[in-house]
Amino acid sequence: MATPTLDKTDGTAKPEAGFADSPFITATFRIRRFNPEVSDEVQWQDFQIEIDPKERVLDALHKIKWELDGTLTFRRSCAHGICGSDAMRINGKNRLACKTLIKDINPDKPITVEAIKGLTVLKDLVVDMDPFFQAYRDVMPFLVTKGNEPTRERLQSAEDRERFDDTTKCILCAACTSSCPVFWNDGQYFGPAAIVNAHRFIFDSRDEAGEQRLEILNDRDGVWRCRTTFNCTDACPRGIEVTKAIQEVKRALITRRF
Amino acid sequence: MSSETSSAAAIGDVEGVSLYDVDHPAPVIEPPRKRTGKTPKASRTNFEMYAWLFMRLSGIVLVVLVIGHLLIQLVLDGGVSKIGFAFVAGRWASPFWQVWDLTMLWLAMLHGANGLRTVINDYAERDNTRFWLKMLLYTATVFTVLLGTLVIFTFDPNIR
Repeated sequence: MATPTLDKTDGTAKPEAGFADSPFITATFRIRRFNPEVSDEVQWQDFQIEIDPKERVLDALHKIKWELDGTLTFRRSCAHGICGSDAMRINGKNRLACKTLIKDINPDKPITVEAIKGLTVLKDLVVDMDPFFQAYRDVMPFLVTKGNEPTRERLQSAEDRERFDDTTKCILCAACTSSCPVFWNDGQYFGPAAIVNAHRFIFDSRDEAGEQRLEILNDRDGVWRCRTTFNCTDACPRGIEVTKAIQEVKRALITRRF
Repeated sequence: MSSETSSAAAIGDVEGVSLYDVDHPAPVIEPPRKRTGKTPKASRTNFEMYAWLFMRLSGIVLVVLVIGHLLIQLVLDGGVSKIGFAFVAGRWASPFWQVWDLTMLWLAMLHGANGLRTVINDYAERDNTRFWLKMLLYTATVFTVLLGTLVIFTFDPNIR
């Protein structure tokens, strides 16, 4: 990003003039604002900025926060698609702001940015992630073994590792869970992300608590609430086949019970 | 900021005195039935799995039963005009059609009731609403299934 200009008069941040064919375009960002310290109502606010379409939505949010309105609140940590902090609903679809290029989401029309759904909005784009992480904790997302600890690594064949490779990619951004219509209506449902992380251990040959996790997911709020709408698979910024993982847990439950 | 949407009062400068400030923030909108540490743990029954399996299996059987039923009743051999007391009496004289209709009644009712139970579980937010809607559903289901079964088995073709 270019050096921020300080001499803005009309409120629009403009890049330095003088480029014959400037890569910059004017894009409108329509952001859903909520600040409980000011009002109990949410409000859509438009920001027009000059930005290179090859930049990401996160860069645009930075530009707005740093140059136009410092009260804009959102989460981001690594800004490179690994920490999972900046999942948000961009043009009606859950994505990571740091992995979404502006040119890919049609900057001709206003780009809507709002907080992910199904979780309490605390301010602007920041939501309360506690229920999400509670579901994650409830599936025991850690290695459970019996007996003494070996003196060397717990070896695993490449095939055994491959079995759960897809679900190791999860970054807990909540894009899947907050895209799930069942989760919107009933927060008691574990949600796709928790099931993905249970899957990661259920199918790990080194783990010995698979049966326990299956039992947890066999309950009223477990995998049987999944309606296979594939919203989670569409939303996953890591390309995890979330719905497939959920179906595999269902299959494991059925085959192990009969 | 450069431009704003229709509502001119931007966040930060609401006209008049705001009801909310740093010490008295507005209530946030919580989603229905949040998961917390107090959420009940697994009940250790397989009911939900059986319900899920039943939906799939009964669905397959119902496709055959219902399409067969519709064909016989509405399309083949004169269509809907042939249906009368005599037609029903004739069909239920055979145990095959009795079993067919009985299976269809039970499967369709339980399939539908289970589907509606899912819908209620999804959409009824308050515990009380959910409970009473489900009680109503179960009562209606049991009543219909029992009445239907009774009629199929005690049907009297010579009734006056």
